[in-house]
Amino acid sequence: MTRGVGRGRHARLHAAAGLAAGTATLALALLLASPVAAETLVVGSKNFEESRFLAELFAQAIESRDGLTVERRLGLAGTQFCFEALRTGAIDLYPEYTGTGLVSILGREPAGSAAATLTLVRREFLARFDLVWLAPLGFENSWELTVPQRLAEAKGLGSISDLARVAGRLRAGFDYEFIERPDGLPGLERTYGLRFGSVQGMQQALKYQALAGGRLDVIDAYTTDGRLLVHDLVVLDDDRGFFPPYEAAPLVRAGTLERHPGIAVTLALVAGALDGDVMRAANLRLQEHGEPEAAVARDVLRSLGIDGSDGEDTLATASGAGARGGGLDAAAILELTGEHLALSLGALAVGIAVAVPLGLLLERRRGSAEAIIRLIGTSQTIPSLALLGFLIPLLGVGVLPSLVALWLYSLFPILRATFSGVRDADPGAVEAATALGMTDGQVLRRVRLPLAVPAIMAGVRTAGVIIIGTATLAAFIGAGGLGEPIIAGVQLLDTRRILSGAIPAALLAIAVDAGLGALERALAPRGLRP
Amino acid sequence: MPSPSAPAAAPALEVRQVSKVFGGGVAALDGASLTVERGETVVIVGESGSGKTTLLRLFNRLEVATSGEVLLGGEPVEASDPIALRRRVGYVQQEGGLLPHWTVERNVALVPELLGWGVERRRARTDELLELVGLPAATYGPRYPRQISGGQRQRVAFARAIAADPDVVLLDEPFGALDAITRFELQNEFLALKGRLGKTFLLVTHDLGEAFRLGDRIAVMRSGRVLQVARGDELERSPADGYVERLLEITSGAVAGARAAREGAPS
Repeated sequence: MTRGVGRGRHARLHAAAGLAAGTATLALALLLASPVAAETLVVGSKNFEESRFLAELFAQAIESRDGLTVERRLGLAGTQFCFEALRTGAIDLYPEYTGTGLVSILGREPAGSAAATLTLVRREFLARFDLVWLAPLGFENSWELTVPQRLAEAKGLGSISDLARVAGRLRAGFDYEFIERPDGLPGLERTYGLRFGSVQGMQQALKYQALAGGRLDVIDAYTTDGRLLVHDLVVLDDDRGFFPPYEAAPLVRAGTLERHPGIAVTLALVAGALDGDVMRAANLRLQEHGEPEAAVARDVLRSLGIDGSDGEDTLATASGAGARGGGLDAAAILELTGEHLALSLGALAVGIAVAVPLGLLLERRRGSAEAIIRLIGTSQTIPSLALLGFLIPLLGVGVLPSLVALWLYSLFPILRATFSGVRDADPGAVEAATALGMTDGQVLRRVRLPLAVPAIMAGVRTAGVIIIGTATLAAFIGAGGLGEPIIAGVQLLDTRRILSGAIPAALLAIAVDAGLGALERALAPRGLRP
Repeated sequence: MPSPSAPAAAPALEVRQVSKVFGGGVAALDGASLTVERGETVVIVGESGSGKTTLLRLFNRLEVATSGEVLLGGEPVEASDPIALRRRVGYVQQEGGLLPHWTVERNVALVPELLGWGVERRRARTDELLELVGLPAATYGPRYPRQISGGQRQRVAFARAIAADPDVVLLDEPFGALDAITRFELQNEFLALKGRLGKTFLLVTHDLGEAFRLGDRIAVMRSGRVLQVARGDELERSPADGYVERLLEITSGAVAGARAAREGAPS
C-alpha cells in the first residue's frame, strides 16, 4: 500500500508535459526536415488540372535536362497565392496566363492582341516584381461561351453576337470568378449588350452536367477544356474580340534564371510546342480518365523528344498529388494520412505548449484575461484561406505556414478551457488551500491546475478535432495531407477521390479524439473520478 | 506561536473597534470589538450579514480590516507575512474544503508539508490525528474525499486544521452542511476534543443552540457590531438589549435542548 503523501500525481503530470514537449519537437523536426540539396528549385501551380500538369511538365523537363532537384508545390489556392509565393521567393516558377497577369495581377484593362499583351506584362512584371515571362507555350486558354449543338442549330447561333439576340430567354451557368471579373461577364454584357434570362454561379464540372441534363442553355468554358471534346457543344465566336488573350507561359523569378540559366534553355524547348489540340487531349486524360499528371506530362514530353524524369523519385516532398493523385491506392492514402496526422499533432502540441501556460498566467492577471482571450478568439473568425494568404509573404508555402495557421486555430479552445478551468476550480478547495497557507503559486500549481485537467483536456480535444478538419486546407498551400484528394475530387466531381480523403480524415478525427480521451483519463487526478 | 515580545498574558485573539468596508461601500463590520482568552472557546452567533464570518477571517488575513486593530497573541496580524501566519492558525470551513484530488492522509498533512516536515514525522502525525478523530489511517488514509461521508470529511478537515499544532483554530460554520444526527455527533466529539487539546477556538454559527452547547462564551453580532459577549447563563439572565432578548425568546427551545445535551455530554 502506498502510504503517506504521494508525489505520483505530480510526477505523472510532469511526465505528460515532457511527453507533449517531446512529441512536439519530434513532429516539428519531421515536418521541417526536407531533403537539403544545394540546388533545389521549387515549382508551383494553381489548383486546377491544367496548371498542375504544366508545372509537372516543367519540373520533369528541368529534372532531366538540368539535373536539379525540383520540389513541387502544386495546387496553391489560385492566382493570388501563386503570385504571392513567387514574388516572395517561396517558389521559383509557375505557369501563368498573360491575360490573367494583365487583368487580375496588374489590374489593367485588356490591351488588344496577344503580342501586345505579352509585351505589356513582360515589361511591367520585370520592372515591378523582377519576374520574367518566358516564351509562351503555344496555346491560349481563354474563356469561351458554349451552347449545346441542338440549340445552336435551332437558333442559328455561331457567335456571341448571335447569342445576344436570344439571350433573354436563355439560362446561363458561369464560374463564380467569371461572374465577378472585369474580363468576364460584366465586360461581356457591356460589349455585346447581353442580358441573360437567368445567371447561376456554378462550379466548373457541375456546369457540364447541368448543360447535358438540359437545365442550362449556356455555360462558360476554358478553350483547352478536355470536356469540349466529349460533349456535344458549339463554341461561340468572340466576334467583337472581347476576351483578352490568355497565352500560357512559364513565369519565373529573374534571380532564379541568373542562378540557373539552363532552365531558360530547357523551357525554350517546350515554347510554342503545346497547341490547343495537345492540351485538350492532355486535359481529357486528366479530367475524364483521372490519370496522374506525372504520367501525362511524361508522355507529352516524350512526344516532343524530351525525356521526362521519373517523377516518382521526387515525390518525397510534401506535394505531388500530381504523381499520386490519380491512383487512390492504399499506400498513397496512408502517406497522405501520415502527413495529415504529423501536421495536426505538431500544431496541437505547440498549441498546448503555448495556450496552457498562457491560461495559467491569465488566471494570475484576471483583469486583462477576458480582453486577451477575446483578442485571440478573433483568430477563429479569420477565414482559413485568407489566413494562409497572409502567411505566404512571411513564411512562404508548404508545411511551415500550414503549421502556423493550424496552431493559431488551436489556441482559442485550449486557452479558453484552461483559463475557465483554473478560474472555476472547486472554490472550497481553493479557499482551504489559501487559508492554510499555500502561496498563490502553490494554489495554482497544486490545486487549480490538477482540478482543471478535465476542463483543459476538453479544450484540447475540441482543438484536436478542429485541427484535423482544418488541416485539409494545407493542400491549398502545398503542404500535402488528405486535403489533396478532397480538393482534386471536388474539382473533378469525382466522389471516389473526395471520399478517399474525407473518410480517412473523419476516421483520423475520431481516432485523435479517442486518443486524447485516453490521455485525459490518464492525467485526470484519481480523486476526481467517481 | 506568540512571539516572545508579546506579553505573556496577552489574549489569544482580539479585535478593537474594527471596521470593514467592501467595494461598493457595503460595511460588513462597523466598530466591532472582541477578546478571546487563551484556551477559551468563543462562539460568534448572528444572522446572515451580521459580519460574523468577516470578523473570523480577519485573524488569518483572508480579509483585511479597513480600520481598527486585529491582534493575534497580542501582535497585530499585519506584522507577520500572511503565508507564515496562516500556517500557524487552524481553519475549518463549511463542507470541509478538502482537496478532492488528494487522499485523506495527504489532506491532513497539508500544513506540515508546507512547513517542510520530513516524511516520517508527517506520517506519524497523520496517523495520530486520524486516530484522534476516529478514522484509523490504515482504513481511511488512502481514500479520496469523494469516497467518504460528509461527516467523515468534516472530521478530516478538523484533523487537518490542527495538524501543525496551532494555538488558535478558526471554524466557519463547521457543522452547517451536515444532517441533524451527524451534526449532533460531531458537536459532541468537538466538546470532548476541545478540553483535551487546550487550544483557543473561535467558531461561527447562526445556530444559537449550537452556540450554547459549544461555547465557553457566546458573542452575539448584529449589523457589524458585537452586541454582547457572555457565558450562556449570563446571556439568559441579563440580555444586553432587546435584540439579544428576542433572539433568546425565539430560540428558547433549542437553547434548553442544548443545555440538556451539554449536561449529558461526555467531558
